Amino acid sequence: MRVTVKLFATLRQERFDIDTFDLAENTTVGDIVTKLGIPRNEVTLIFVNGRHADRTTRLADGDSVALFPPVGGG
Amino acid sequence: MKKLNDFLSKNAQGDLISWQAQIQAAEEFGLSLHDVEKAILTLNLLPARYQRNRQTISTADQLKLFESKVAVIGCGGLGGYIIEELSRLGVGTIKAIDPDVFEEHNLNRQVLCRVSNLGKSKARAAEVRVHEINPAVKVIPIKDAFSRQNGLKLLEGINIVADALDNVPTRIDLARICEFLEIPLVHGTIGGWYGQVTTQWPGEGTIQKIYRDCAETKGVERTLGNPAFTPAVIASLEVAEICKALLDQGTSLRQRMLFINMLDMEIDEIQIC
Repeated sequence: MRVTVKLFATLRQERFDIDTFDLAENTTVGDIVTKLGIPRNEVTLIFVNGRHADRTTRLADGDSVALFPPVGGG
Repeated sequence: MKKLNDFLSKNAQGDLISWQAQIQAAEEFGLSLHDVEKAILTLNLLPARYQRNRQTISTADQLKLFESKVAVIGCGGLGGYIIEELSRLGVGTIKAIDPDVFEEHNLNRQVLCRVSNLGKSKARAAEVRVHEINPAVKVIPIKDAFSRQNGLKLLEGINIVADALDNVPTRIDLARICEFLEIPLVHGTIGGWYGQVTTQWPGEGTIQKIYRDCAETKGVERTLGNPAFTPAVIASLEVAEICKALLDQGTSLRQRMLFINMLDMEIDEIQIC
């Protein structure tokens, strides 16, 4: 299945803004985060097709995943 | 009161009352500038300082802002600009909460921080600054850290809260307390080139949803720091949200968050449901 991944803010550094991947059925968001080598604590906001999701969310063909790092300063 | 009203009506130019007349009224009738401002607006007159607000904010709305009480939690990067803008806007009462004193590394971005007040209280600096800009605005400086223990008391009587905190756990405590008190909370946060803004309305639990998978105290700002422009942008968006909420106008960032990337100049809207 084909899944589009969009990265935001610091997650883009040395990676990409947006890319498409061929993935095995039943792949989860967590699998993608691992595949991209993003440390666990660097992704805290996850969206699949614009809906709030989490690492355990299973992906389907044509899905679009958006990953954001935490921002906490003031 | 009648004498004050007569004085104000007599000194109005059109419907504007000059700052000088406002001061004179306070002196003559033994009132605070805050009290005189209330009398001016109640007469449907406008302190001349607000005349450029006019096409955006009517005199009746200016009175609503004047009667509003806004708590700003944190008087650093975001909080400094928020307090500056709220006082120029004419919000009548601002509670400025921050336990810290200014340090040299605040000078790059914190508008309240000056060489002359290094080592001094940030909350107190907010009071000093507002007094320089708009002495009719009441500032309640609190040199203490917002916490689960004192939160309920600190937010008593407050209409809306501005999140200008610098860490995630206190922000979650603040969001919970705002939920409990049914007070809207305008959330803003920054890190490096990036920032985000949303408004949590009672019952929506927006902030907890945003940070539900965040076990860290800090975000990207831990490594990126914060440059001068990021707090100014995010603080201004927060103040626009506060102004609209107080006046019940426009469309709030309700259950949606703006994520702003100033490095690539992108603004994304995210649904937080």
